[in-house]
Parts: sequence; structure tokens; C-alpha cells
Amino acid sequence: MKVMIAGFVAALVIAFLAPVILDQFGWSTAEQYSSESVRLD
Amino acid sequence: MNLKLFSVASFLMVALVFNPAWAQEAPEVDRSATGGAQTLEDIMARQKQLEVDESFRSENLGDPASAPPIRDELGTLGGRSDADVWRGIRYNELDPETQVRGPAVDVLIQDEGMPWLEFREGPLINYGGGAIIGFLVLLVIFYFVRGKIRIEGGPSGKKIERFKAIERFGHWLLAGSFIALALTGLLTLMGRSFLIPVIGHEAFSTLAIGSKWIHNNIAWSFMLGLVLTFCMWVVHNIPNKLDWQWLKAGGGIFSDSHPSAKKFNAGQKIIFWTVMILGVSVSLSGLSLLFPFQLPMFADTFGFINSILGTDFPTALAPHEEMQYANTWHSIVAFLMMLAIIAHIYIGSVGMEGAFDAMGNGQVDLEWARQHHDLWVEEVQARQGKGESS
Repeated sequence: MKVMIAGFVAALVIAFLAPVILDQFGWSTAEQYSSESVRLD
Repeated sequence: MNLKLFSVASFLMVALVFNPAWAQEAPEVDRSATGGAQTLEDIMARQKQLEVDESFRSENLGDPASAPPIRDELGTLGGRSDADVWRGIRYNELDPETQVRGPAVDVLIQDEGMPWLEFREGPLINYGGGAIIGFLVLLVIFYFVRGKIRIEGGPSGKKIERFKAIERFGHWLLAGSFIALALTGLLTLMGRSFLIPVIGHEAFSTLAIGSKWIHNNIAWSFMLGLVLTFCMWVVHNIPNKLDWQWLKAGGGIFSDSHPSAKKFNAGQKIIFWTVMILGVSVSLSGLSLLFPFQLPMFADTFGFINSILGTDFPTALAPHEEMQYANTWHSIVAFLMMLAIIAHIYIGSVGMEGAFDAMGNGQVDLEWARQHHDLWVEEVQARQGKGESS
């Protein structure tokens, strides 16, 4: 059962990390929908 | 009389009776009273689904060549009235430009939005939801008729390792994320129809936002789980002659027989390939939805299908149509996967004594293993005899 819980926890960890990593690579919605002349920070 | 010929003739007759558009064209319309613009007869003809020659509208796009000078009255319109411009957009005869930057921002009108919405809120919910409820009812009936598949003669008390920790981890990563995706997907599809009337708009809004966050982000775990399980188990899931024997015996589900099987029997192989093929498909359409307008794939897919089957699927799709097709396909494939996984969960839990242990702690009863995977047990014991691990 420990492995089962580890699988669920890993799924959640990946879910929390995914948006952070995507933002790092410029895949946020804001960046995708604005030109280079728009300052987002 | 030739039966085939009779069937074809009957079909054509029925089609002609029920599809007036095949048989009738709209009568000529006198538009002199409207100066060539649309008349009530045109509108009525379309409502009757008659074939209407739209050229009086699609070619009526103004006259830029004889536009008044820019400083004159209406000069800034460039020879086109607003109605001319919108007709041009409607019939895809103009190439609009915009200062707004972003994907698909120059699409002002696309035709398939309403059919998509109607399909999504009608047949998709009705048939998809109905299939799941119907299948659950069938399983409950099956359980009460067939009962739990017991270990014949009872458990032996001896254990054998069925799945290693990494195999179980990959399985639960895939399973946990799939269940989260299925529940949040159903909530996204059906919540508007079924939950808002019960819990209200504000509560549903919170639920829908959370549901969308989980669905979008846990999708990565699902894809990783899919890759992990594929790499670990594909070798054991290649079909062979033994599977045919297993299928002919119905897997022993409807009788008390125990057809031979290696690590995975034919039923498990069917689940494996169903999950892999549908899983890849649902992932691709999901990626297309996660990155709007960046990964269009239906125009090319339709073109490929047309080239092979000679069909006439549309290949000139607006960016939003691509998204609508991706969304529809994503939902259909997801419903099919849910049905397969419900069957998998049933047989791996309440349906069969001792089955859950395989993924629970990885150790199954030796007698269970002999009855359901006899050849695999022999392989493991032979390897252990040689001093190798299972």
C-alpha cells in the first residue's frame, strides 16, 4: 500500500510542479497572448 | 427480386422522402424590391433546408475600385459598407488584419461553434453518461449472478511476488491520475447541467476552477505513468496463440475453468492495449487543448483519412474548429477509457478474490497465481531455481 500512496503523492507533486516549469519556459497564458513589447512583471 | 437491389432502392426512396434538400432547390427569388439584398423568401427557403444559391450575398462585397476619395463622405470605408465587410468575413472572402497579437485572433466568425456546443451538451452527455451508468448497472447484475471469482480450494498461504515496487508505482501513478482526470473531466463536461441546479453558480464556480487546475496539471502524471507502464509491460503484452485459447474459454469468467496464461492473460492484454492506444490518443488531443491553437492535428488527420478511405472530412479548419474537434474527440476517447477502466477496477477488486494483492503489496497467493497465471508461475519458479530474481 505504501507504493500506491507514493504513486498518488508523485502525481500530486508533478501536478504542482508542472505549471511552475511551464511558466519558466514561457508557456504561461499571459506570455502566449502578448507580444514582446508587453511587460508582464 | 434481388434483395440487395431492393435494399438500395428502398434506402434511396427513404432518403429522398426524409431529405428534401436532395430533391429540391429553392425557386428563383425576385430581389428587385430590396435592391438585390436578402428577402423573406430567401430566409424561408433556408429554414425549409432548400438549396439556396448564396452568390447574391457572397459576391456582394462592395466596390473598392470606385470608392470615394478619402476626405469625401464615407471615403474612409474604402468602398465597402459595414454590411459588405461582414459579408466578406462571413464568406471568407476578406483577409482581416488586426493589431491584437496572439494565436487565432484574426478569426472573427467560424461556423462550427453551435454544432459543437449542441453535440457536447446533448448526445455526448447523454450517450457518454448513459454508457457509464448502464455499464455500472450491468456489473452489479453480473456480480450478483456470477459472484466473486474465488480461489479454488482456498488460498495456500504461500506468497509469490507478482509485481515489483517500480511496476506498482507506475501503475498507481497512472491509475491515480486517471481517476482524478476522469472525475474532473466529468465535472467539467456535466457540472453545468447537473451541479449548478443543485449547488448554485458560486459553489460550482469554485469547484470548476479547482477541477480545471487538477485536470490541466495532473495530465502530466498520467502521461508519465503511461510511458512508464508501456516500457515495463509491453514485452509481456505481445499477443500470442495462448491468448486465443484464453479467449475461447472466456477467461474462465463464465465457468470454473482456468485457461493457461503467462504474466498477463488475454483479458489483461486487451486492457493494456486499450489503455495504451486510447491513452496516447487522449493525451494528444489533451495536449492540443492544453496549448490552444499551437498543436492543431485534425485537418491533417482528416486529410490522411480522406486519402485512404476516400471520405470527405473537412480539411480547411479554422483554429477554433480544431479545438472543438480536439475537445469532442478527447471526451469520446475518455468515455471509452472510463468504461474499460471500470471493468478493470471491478475484476481487480470485488470481482476476484486475491486479485488486488497483486497491486496492493505485490505479493499474491501462490494458488491464485497457479490458477490464473500458471505458465508465469512456472517461469518464475524455474528462474528462482537457477538463482535469478523474479
